[in-house]
Amino acid sequence: MVDFPLLSLMTFLPVAGILIILAIRGDQEVVDQNTKHMALYTSLFTLAFALFMYTRFDGSSAEFQFVEHSSWLKPLGINYHMGVDGISVFFVLLAAFLTPICILSSWDVIKTRVKEFMIAFLALETFMIGTFVALDTVLFYVFFEGVLIPMFLIIGVWGGPRRVYSAYKFFLYTLLGSVLMLIGLLTLYAQTGSTDIPTLMDNPVARDLQMWLWLAFFASFAVKMPMWPVHTWLPDAHVEAPTAGSVILAGVLLKMGGYGFLRFSLPMLPEASAYFADMVYVLSIIAIIYTSLIALVQEDMKKLIAYSSVAHMGFVTLGIFTATTQGIEGGIFQMISHGLISGALFLSVGVVYDRLHTREIERYGGIVKNMPKYATVFMILMLGSVGLPGTSGFVGEFLILLGAFQVNTVVAAFAATGAILGAAYMLILYRRVIFGPRTNDDALSMPDLNQREIGLLVPIVLLVLWLGIFPGTVMEKISPSVDKLIGEYNEKLEVAAAQGETEEEGPER
Amino acid sequence: MELLAVFLPLIAFLVAGLFGKQIGDVGAQVVTCGALIIAAFASIILFFDVAVGGNAYTTVLAPWVVSGDFDVSWALRIDSLSVVMMCVINVVSACVHVYSIGYMSHDGAKGRFMAYLSLFTFAMLMLVSADNLLQLFFGWEGVGLASYLLIGFWNHKNSANAAAVKAFVVNRIGDFGLALGIFAIFVVFGSIQFDAIFEQAPELAGTYFTFFGQDLHALTVIGLLLFVGAVGKSAQLGLHTWLPDAMEGPTPVSALIHAATMVTAGVFLVARMSPLYEYAPDALMVVTVVGASTAFVAATIGLTQFDIKRVIAYSTMSQLGYMFFALGVSAYGAAMFHLVTHAFFKALLFLGAGSVIHAMSDEQDMRKMGGLWRKIPMTYGLMWIGSLALAGIPPFAGYFSKDIVLEAAWADHTWFGHYAYWMGIAAAFMTAFYSWRLLIMTFHGESRASKKVIDHAHESPAVMLGPLVVLAAGALFAGMIFYQGFVGSASHGDGHSVEHAVEQVVEEHSEDHKIVIAEDHAEEVKGEAHTVEEEAPAAHLPMSKEVFWGDAIRVRAENDTVEAAHNVPFWVKKLPLVVALLGIALAYLFYLSKPGLPERFKAIFTVPYMLFFNKWFFDEIYDRLFTQTAFKLGNFFWVSGDQNMIDRFGPDGSVKATQKLAGMFSRFQTGFVFQYAFVMMIAVIGILSWFVFRSGM
Repeated sequence: MVDFPLLSLMTFLPVAGILIILAIRGDQEVVDQNTKHMALYTSLFTLAFALFMYTRFDGSSAEFQFVEHSSWLKPLGINYHMGVDGISVFFVLLAAFLTPICILSSWDVIKTRVKEFMIAFLALETFMIGTFVALDTVLFYVFFEGVLIPMFLIIGVWGGPRRVYSAYKFFLYTLLGSVLMLIGLLTLYAQTGSTDIPTLMDNPVARDLQMWLWLAFFASFAVKMPMWPVHTWLPDAHVEAPTAGSVILAGVLLKMGGYGFLRFSLPMLPEASAYFADMVYVLSIIAIIYTSLIALVQEDMKKLIAYSSVAHMGFVTLGIFTATTQGIEGGIFQMISHGLISGALFLSVGVVYDRLHTREIERYGGIVKNMPKYATVFMILMLGSVGLPGTSGFVGEFLILLGAFQVNTVVAAFAATGAILGAAYMLILYRRVIFGPRTNDDALSMPDLNQREIGLLVPIVLLVLWLGIFPGTVMEKISPSVDKLIGEYNEKLEVAAAQGETEEEGPER
Repeated sequence: MELLAVFLPLIAFLVAGLFGKQIGDVGAQVVTCGALIIAAFASIILFFDVAVGGNAYTTVLAPWVVSGDFDVSWALRIDSLSVVMMCVINVVSACVHVYSIGYMSHDGAKGRFMAYLSLFTFAMLMLVSADNLLQLFFGWEGVGLASYLLIGFWNHKNSANAAAVKAFVVNRIGDFGLALGIFAIFVVFGSIQFDAIFEQAPELAGTYFTFFGQDLHALTVIGLLLFVGAVGKSAQLGLHTWLPDAMEGPTPVSALIHAATMVTAGVFLVARMSPLYEYAPDALMVVTVVGASTAFVAATIGLTQFDIKRVIAYSTMSQLGYMFFALGVSAYGAAMFHLVTHAFFKALLFLGAGSVIHAMSDEQDMRKMGGLWRKIPMTYGLMWIGSLALAGIPPFAGYFSKDIVLEAAWADHTWFGHYAYWMGIAAAFMTAFYSWRLLIMTFHGESRASKKVIDHAHESPAVMLGPLVVLAAGALFAGMIFYQGFVGSASHGDGHSVEHAVEQVVEEHSEDHKIVIAEDHAEEVKGEAHTVEEEAPAAHLPMSKEVFWGDAIRVRAENDTVEAAHNVPFWVKKLPLVVALLGIALAYLFYLSKPGLPERFKAIFTVPYMLFFNKWFFDEIYDRLFTQTAFKLGNFFWVSGDQNMIDRFGPDGSVKATQKLAGMFSRFQTGFVFQYAFVMMIAVIGILSWFVFRSGM
């Protein structure tokens, strides 16, 4: 264990970076250069701290670690409480890993308002890490909603032609969820007098209240995931966002919804979670099949990958609400894996977009000839997305379906069709962009990956393969926490069922 | 040794794939061919150690997926079944690797091609040596990937890409079934480790579990789900449409993947799961019917095709059907036997066809060939050997394996066993016919090619012919050598008395549903049948099928059709050969003696001909039913769902509503002071009167 406040350091290091960036003065060009370097170093240091935390993380324990606890708003009983467990540790790593990649990927691409862009990104990192380490609902809410602001700006300022529409759509959707969640959190506080997440986990509220609170939280997390039918902001946001924005959006922001389900819905509202599980299955299956079919007919690369993200997140919600070991572990693994794969897929789209300035699939074709390295990287990522065994995409998907099959065979069968459709749309994308007749001359004169792009993509590709072959690296660290989560979940349901027997009927399942 | 046999191809793939630029084309060829030849020898050594010596074992490499009770490792299970497959894979693959040096000599991406071949070999080896279903699934999808990459190897061709995607997606449909089967096994057995499954299968034979809301016999459901996977990978009726299109790939690929090895993975899967299928008789019935129907339908299509590779492809599909109905009647050993002999003669035929295509400057249409036998006599001779083996003419390999398959089907004495037998006989007739149709159209008669092509036609180089000779040796001798071990009986004697003995055994064992593991059973038969005669010539593997397979294949005594097959009536045994000879004779009549006959036949039997020629319209129906529907639905959901419903009433709708509301309010802001004053006055009056009214209550 470490004595000094490691989590706070990681969370607020980017803020320190922002302060220094604000102090940089001089010619525009010099400022831009220094800003970029400053942002990169800050994020790299954060990553170093995150890796340090990972090495010191005790994977055999299910308890919160590196805990920081001090009173904050004393009269209200609100504390500054941070900690990580097996469920959150990899999300912290993911955020810390993808931020420097995003900053590097924008190096030559972002030419206007460089300083503001880097500030937005560092602020985003603070909010992301803060979300995953916060153990107090107020703190969590501040970080969780704080993410919105820099992301809104990144899409709205540095985005494509329809950026304003997309940014507002994004904001509108998430705001709706946020307001409901805020009401939920206030109600929870009013009922229990506590904002402490571990305390709330141990003391579930009454069944009727759970239902309302569950729906309030669900509104927020479902939008973030995003689940069908509140997913339409995602394709637009992705299409208009700059590459780095898409990467972080797909890589980390979508995972906040899944994390929310695991941190709030299941442990705090177990009866409601069990009650609404069937509804979540239905929504997940619709998400998987519906968006996969839509992905099949897309002509815009980013839109296609965005729709595939919705389908993949459908697997995650399905896995989480099976409340089985395989389902939840698979769900967490799928989120990590999807963070890497879809992040890298958006980077890959960015690579060709930077060269040809179009995302139209039609405008490419046959580029395996002039970009063999790119074709290889894209191939592995495509296979990861398809869920081929040996890539990380397979492990999560397989475990989720295995978990689902134990709960409901029909659900598992319908969800599994997503694997067929997933293969169809990704293979067709690959075929049209990388293979095929060589007709577009400008596409065929694009240079292959440069050093910087290789440096960005290859580590992710290696991670995707490594996690596919040795998923134990991640699994063994998350499983104690998941076991604890499921153990307590079932225990609470049993207690509730015992209480409910005197009334009318126990919770379902 | 098993590490050498399995991982050398992987190393070859990595070296040739990652450092292709550095080591050059020749380097890549040397590395991959060298690795494969060593691996082939390693697997032959393994074969003698494990299958002949009887030393089955499992090597655990590393943990893979561990989640709660679900615990799976990377491991190599080395038993008779896996070493037989490893031998076939590595030997054929080594031949194909060497052959490819010659065949692909004009291609621009030789290194990449060799790397893909090695990758395929590795995945296939992982599939057969898996000791659990997840690793099998890894190999299963891995060979699918390699197949996808190799079918689409000439990736500038649209047709090749389309075929590659089709192969992958159709296989995914099969994999969907396989995956569900694996889930079901985990739910029922609590493990997906083979040993655990096999041990529990007899106890769990009576288990029912809820599937799709129905209470169903667990093992039957599992058997059928796994079979869906097998149907996809082995191109059985229903999910076969990808295989003919897969001929877009280079010919060595067709030989290795789409004839000898990958497509037999489904057969291997069912054979591997034999201890489970033995307790799922209904599933076996489905396997038989599907296999028999495939054998027949594919043969009918094969009669009418003109593309030399497609004829052989449909022939492959048909032969796979034979293997499946053999499995379905519990003749697992016979199925594996046919798998091995088929691997040799079909790879030989494909590579021979490749040699023809190579000679004819990439022409594949048999209507533009003819009279080639003088130009390429070696290829011609080798194609004869392959065709004789395929048609089942003694003493070629196919004769032994096809006969035992058909006899076992008959010996099953069930309606589906008989159905399979007659379908198999019909297919055997057609097989002989289309094989000689191919030979005659390609090699005999007048040449129908352009003069330029004919002048350029040349015999293939030694690097291509060498592997063909190796395979031809297999096609010649594999049947004789392996007969005794794969399907031979310990009691090889006069028909009737042994049949009687078997019946006795059946009676005894029908009482208790216990697996009779090979050896005991063999001894029992030996003890009870008095006319036992050991008549294994020295060239054969000197052992019975029970000793050879050991624990790898388990057959319940009452299901032992291979045993019973040795004692079927005389006409059942000889009919396949008779119809094969008839088929050959008819082909001579049609294509050599009376060349006008086929046209007249076509005119008389227009309807069946059109049906066969258009491949029973599977592609057209599927395209309408599934492909177009999927795209239409996708567009519908996108436009009508996302844009016109969700967005219209969701975010865009609320924006519009807000704007409308704001617009309404803004109308009040007219800028005229008197209006504001008027509104204020009314408001003040209103509020005042409200207060007054309230206080008055």
